[in-house]
Amino acid sequence: MALLSESEAQAILQKVLGLFKADECFAQLVGDRAGNVRFARNTVSTSGASDTLDLAVVCSFGKKTGYATINEFDDASLEKTVRRAEELARLAPEDPEYVELLGPQTYAQPASHREATAKLSPDGRADLTAASIKVCREQGVTGAGYLAQSDRFSAIANSRNLRGYQRATSVNFSVTTRTPDGLGSGYGVADFHDVRALDTGAVTATAARKALLSRDAKALEPGKYTVILEPAAAADLVGHTVSSMSARSADEGRSFLSKPGGGSRLGEKLMDERVHLSSNPLHPDLPGDAWAGDGRPQRAVDWIKNGVVTNLTYSRYWARQKGVAGDGIPPLNRGSIEIGAFESTPGVIMAGGDASLDQLVKGVKRGILVTRFWYIRLVDPQTLLFTGLTRDGTFYVENGEIKHAVKNFRFNESPLIMLNNLEALGRPQRVNASLIPPMVLRDFTFSSLSDAV
Amino acid sequence: MSSNSLILRREFFSRAGAATGLALLPSWTRAAEKLAATAPIPAATKRILADAALNAATKRGATYVDVRIGRYLNQSISTREMQVQSVAGTESYGAGIRVLADGAWGFMALDQLSVDAMARAAFEAVAIAKANARLQTEPVILAPQKGLGEVSWKTPLRQNAFAVPLAAKVDYLLAANRAALEAGANFISTSLFQINEQKYFASTDGSYIDQDIHRLWPTFTVTATDPKTGRFQTRDSLSSPSGRGYEYLTSGAAGVRLGPTTRYFDTYNMIEDAAAAARQAREKLSAKPVVAGQYDLVLDPTHLGLTIHESVGHATELDRVLGYEANYAGTSFATLDKWRAKNFQYGSPLVNFTADRTAPGTLGAVGYDDEGVPAKRWPLITDGILVDYQKTRDQAHICGQQAGDGCSYASSWSEVQFQRMPNVSLAPGKTPLTPLELIKQVERGIYIVGRGSFSIDQQRYNFQFGGQLFYEIKNGEIVGMLRDVSYQSNTQEFWNSCVAICDERDFGHFGSFFDGKGQPSQVSAVSHGSSTTRFNKVNVLNTARKI
Repeated sequence: MALLSESEAQAILQKVLGLFKADECFAQLVGDRAGNVRFARNTVSTSGASDTLDLAVVCSFGKKTGYATINEFDDASLEKTVRRAEELARLAPEDPEYVELLGPQTYAQPASHREATAKLSPDGRADLTAASIKVCREQGVTGAGYLAQSDRFSAIANSRNLRGYQRATSVNFSVTTRTPDGLGSGYGVADFHDVRALDTGAVTATAARKALLSRDAKALEPGKYTVILEPAAAADLVGHTVSSMSARSADEGRSFLSKPGGGSRLGEKLMDERVHLSSNPLHPDLPGDAWAGDGRPQRAVDWIKNGVVTNLTYSRYWARQKGVAGDGIPPLNRGSIEIGAFESTPGVIMAGGDASLDQLVKGVKRGILVTRFWYIRLVDPQTLLFTGLTRDGTFYVENGEIKHAVKNFRFNESPLIMLNNLEALGRPQRVNASLIPPMVLRDFTFSSLSDAV
Repeated sequence: MSSNSLILRREFFSRAGAATGLALLPSWTRAAEKLAATAPIPAATKRILADAALNAATKRGATYVDVRIGRYLNQSISTREMQVQSVAGTESYGAGIRVLADGAWGFMALDQLSVDAMARAAFEAVAIAKANARLQTEPVILAPQKGLGEVSWKTPLRQNAFAVPLAAKVDYLLAANRAALEAGANFISTSLFQINEQKYFASTDGSYIDQDIHRLWPTFTVTATDPKTGRFQTRDSLSSPSGRGYEYLTSGAAGVRLGPTTRYFDTYNMIEDAAAAARQAREKLSAKPVVAGQYDLVLDPTHLGLTIHESVGHATELDRVLGYEANYAGTSFATLDKWRAKNFQYGSPLVNFTADRTAPGTLGAVGYDDEGVPAKRWPLITDGILVDYQKTRDQAHICGQQAGDGCSYASSWSEVQFQRMPNVSLAPGKTPLTPLELIKQVERGIYIVGRGSFSIDQQRYNFQFGGQLFYEIKNGEIVGMLRDVSYQSNTQEFWNSCVAICDERDFGHFGSFFDGKGQPSQVSAVSHGSSTTRFNKVNVLNTARKI
């Protein structure tokens, strides 16, 4: 099925809104055409595609809310779904934190849809994959990678005349390259809204170079080191900082942003004054979501400015409890956290400078260059202490030059400490749906060595 | 763009998977659909749809086809303090068609099921396989599987959780919250996750398998704060997700084990555990900070299960060993040469691990896997030596074997099935030994209960684990609670430092509801059985920091 246009989607939603008898009704329609190719050992392993359209209907009687979903769209199915949501609302317990639905909103219109990505065919996906495998074979490394493309839309409408429609495409590519002797490993990653920006061969060439360079890694003693974090390494820790900025947790005394004696640390300087973390759905290199999970518009927000905590996120309920103007700022939509993977909050923008990664390396007397971190997990929410490991290209730098590969380290470090120990920032790059600069940090804590390659 | 204002099909578990993610659920209350009231789709109807795809793909040149028609029901209830935060029910119905053509796999999923749509999707799956075949250098070799005809399997349960009235479940969670708040908690969040997979599998081997699989996970986090210092501590539930019905919560004291702290296995009492958690979270605020150094660790099954999962379960997945997961989950140190040598000392001679998809009440228990292989049980590590791996049908030939292990799983009809972990369990010790007797033998150690922070490298060597409760052992006695404890070790070193395992009276299953693997990432649920076990001289860190 082709993806629905704004008028087609709203026609279905308005039909739903013509059916409800509850006090309030909210409906959302989401369509997604997605395809992917997975490869390993320089050959394709699995690949597939899916085409889905889902409707969700939320009905409320007073503070009692019911919810139903369906993926059939004839009149009888729509009616059945609304009746089911209403029936469930009648059965539901009252929610003391219920806030009535939003009225009409003005949403930003991010340039999030690119036709070239929407039109990518199975053969087109295979071509992009083939370009990566070709580089792997030429460089004598074993590649494993993943290419995923999606063309989707989300449309919302409610009984208070709120309407929204956004279409977005994305293409994500990552590749891990290993030397046949198992002694070297490299990694490359890229994500874009427009597939024409993706050069899988170039990404793979970088990964292959790292794999070949990372053989014969030498063991260094664990301890505190100056590190140069590539954007892919820094993105998760920076992203998690932004996703942990809930006002309610801080006010309730269970966040790193809680102040001894009560209240939050909003307005306090917690990081180096060069640290500026923001988000902006209209950023040309990082078009974001037009609305948050509850329909509030996403706008440009400073989270940390000059090292100072500038804004916290609020649910609409908590904003009212605390007398915050408007409904407060919603959280950025976030990805999932699952065992084995750690996805950062998409849409985070960290300001940087003009220096390239190479220029940053040139300025370091003695340090460790980190390609990426792996299996990052929160150890202590009180200090935002995380643990994790380096992976796929970790190098010793001396007098501005990469000297040799080093064995991977486990770290135990908090982004709050790390972003206070800032030495230099480079030019931000798009990675994991964020814009993050490479950065030089002193006294980064590596707590043990890993034999993993 | 994400559709996260509502929990749609594929987002349900990824969203629910993280304790921190729960706070991001919309604050409105959602009532659940009365899913159990809807009768399952008759097998005969599914057979007609499946045959349409099997025939269409075969006609286009597929040499093997399997079809999974799935109806997946999820219900989650989340509460905090004295209110319900959300009640979400989702149902999804669709089919995934996997074909082997020109030696390559192709896959297509669809959610508007009709005979014509199944045939069209089957054609598309073949086209995808053929597009990829040109890149294929290692044509798929599929181990044979005898057709099983029409068979069925159902999780042995006494009370379908979906059929329990929502009000009763909500009342139960709120009673736990009340107990925690009365016992001194500042905050408590509780959740109850329920899953029902109604799965139909058909393949060109001649199998038509109808299965009805149920899982349940009641859990909570209690927080105690100290406003003066701004410090806080949490204590999570000691429940285990389970392949059972609602009887897990209503069967009384059968699964309760008393000790330094009460532990629960085959049954669970959330109300009692929440009250204990409140007292213990407060106790953690004033617990003694651990002095970093080497300790003998005594690890309870509610804790050890996660260490087993990461350091043995994932390390013995053959797809990781071969490099198929190199780009995401990683590879494994347990390489084929170590297996071939037949003398790789993974652990001490006390250490025996079994892979299993049959144990009743476990998350991994099924009748058949998602490529039509009957469930079985087999050894992975015997007397400390690596002896086998976990394999799917297209991997069996690599180990010179003629059949899959029953390890194929897809988290939804819309995802392609691949190798997933069965229950991987540590066999109990053969010499009679209770946890208290074990603690008595320890001079300087820490007794750890419950799962905490966890992290391991991509080849499964170096790991770091936290926990929920840490008790200091001095000269055979528990002398008090410790905080800020994490331990680090290396898999082979750790399992070789295993010096004592309690006997079968202490054996119990830990569970993980949201194990992530693959690209696109899929979750699966798996249990890990063990008895309380001792490891000597493990490196313990103090994780406190000043900010």
